[in-house]
Amino acid sequence: MIKIIKPGMLTTVQDLGRHYQKYGVVQSGAMDAFAHRAANLLAGNPENEATLEITLTGPVLEFQNDTLIAICGSGFHAVLDGKPVGLWRPVKVKSGSELRLKQGGTGCRVYLAVAGGISVPEVLKSKSTYLRARIGGFNGRALQAGDVLETGTPGEVSRQLAASLEYPPAWSVSKNMLPDYSPFPTIRAIPGRHHDLFAAESIETFFHEPYRLSQNSDRMGYRLEGPKLAVKAAQDMLSESVSFGTIQVPSGGEPIVLLADRQTTGGYPKIAQVAFVDLPLLAQLKPGDKLRFKKITLQEAQLLYIEREKQIRMLKGTIAYQARRRGTHAER
Amino acid sequence: MDFQLFPEGDGAILIEAGKEISLANHRKIRAIVSLIEKAAPAWMIEYIPAYTTVTVLYDPFKVYAKFGEYPYRYVSRYFTRLLEKAQPTFIPEPRTVDIPVCYGGKFGPDLENVARINGLTPEEVIRIHASGDYTVYMIGFAPGFPYIGGMPEKIAAPRKKTPRLKIPERSVGIAGKQTGIYPIETPGGWQIIGRTPVKLFRPDRDGPSLLQAGDKIRFRPVSLEEYQELEKMPS
Repeated sequence: MIKIIKPGMLTTVQDLGRHYQKYGVVQSGAMDAFAHRAANLLAGNPENEATLEITLTGPVLEFQNDTLIAICGSGFHAVLDGKPVGLWRPVKVKSGSELRLKQGGTGCRVYLAVAGGISVPEVLKSKSTYLRARIGGFNGRALQAGDVLETGTPGEVSRQLAASLEYPPAWSVSKNMLPDYSPFPTIRAIPGRHHDLFAAESIETFFHEPYRLSQNSDRMGYRLEGPKLAVKAAQDMLSESVSFGTIQVPSGGEPIVLLADRQTTGGYPKIAQVAFVDLPLLAQLKPGDKLRFKKITLQEAQLLYIEREKQIRMLKGTIAYQARRRGTHAER
Repeated sequence: MDFQLFPEGDGAILIEAGKEISLANHRKIRAIVSLIEKAAPAWMIEYIPAYTTVTVLYDPFKVYAKFGEYPYRYVSRYFTRLLEKAQPTFIPEPRTVDIPVCYGGKFGPDLENVARINGLTPEEVIRIHASGDYTVYMIGFAPGFPYIGGMPEKIAAPRKKTPRLKIPERSVGIAGKQTGIYPIETPGGWQIIGRTPVKLFRPDRDGPSLLQAGDKIRFRPVSLEEYQELEKMPS
């Protein structure tokens, strides 16, 4: 069990979201799915287990049993019982330990995975919190001081990993596997379905000029401030699907990037679609940060996607190997 | 059947079966959806139907791992073959869903406004709204939110100049030539004419939306007493 001493600005339970969009149900789930998946793997969990998504200012938590955790993402330092602990690695915690997450560095979201996962009831087959409909997660809301979260039963890998940590040296995910988190990233994007409706200068501008995240940005979408974009001729668009990373341009001309809590359909022209592999970079931006878009082809984006998935599978294999090799030895 | 395929980023493909809102295009979309549901390939994550399009979300890695091919090429060939056979004839008969509505009063603060705009009495607006032949073209925007076609133009009314910050859940409204029902509390600029006691979004069920694309809707005026009784009933 985990007790929330201080909740931080926005701490919610998230997994990889729900798939009921044909009913208009928002997907939700982790904004930085890479960090979420890595945190789960490092705690010995399946990738889709529920974690805590911690945003902008960090919480203070107390663990009420011995367990194994992992914190992945960017923008925070972790302090366990007064001592700094690294991100992107498995960490053993003792019952009664206090974990503080302190804001610092590039980025704004970390994911805390606990061996066995955060236990909350599933709503539409997902534990993700969707605040606007008040469903999922912990009573459909962000965590508050005094909340106590149940955790699931740790699996075989979690137990072996915990045992393996008795043997130094400590290890963590190699830096070159991590996304290139930055306060001014270049985000690769594929031309969108309505790309050709935009004036040529607007396309040129969109793929070269910097944009800034407005204060009006949240899990639903980021409003971008910068050069305005225009379509060649005003069109009546029919509402159709949008996805995680769709960049739409309302008549005002400033683009909006749609994210985890986006609506399922929209009626604005879609100029581009962020490549899946760069969604984590986007997820770590905070209001005021800048970004620039770079055009890539669909084929390039899908190759990057495949490479990323292969890396995650390798990471999973490595963790299982570490757990077996050192963990079984320790258990003997 | 005529259709065009478009990539929607690196994890989705959009099937477009027409350019305008019509019952004919709506039938094509339903035929496509029923084929996709039957086929349900393992790499498909889910699909999102709309007025004239269906978008299929897929896992490019699964496609690659299974077929060793550039995922979009495989997926577009797959849907080309699947849909070539599609006939907009084998669609299930639509259901008719009864939506009780308590019009006017505190539930419908804009009813009189809609009447004034159209030179009608509030009673006439209610009668016309409840007599329309409505079809749910798609569910989207918010959980369980139906895009409904078929409202008589005699009661059309422009959106409010300043949107309300909160429209209570289950409010029934008019925006331009459309009518709709808000499943959850949201900000919005619709003219609100009534409220239904029926829940449109039921997150505790596997079919979380009361309405589905293709449904026919009948709005049935109810008194405040009947509204309150119906509201107490489990959904």
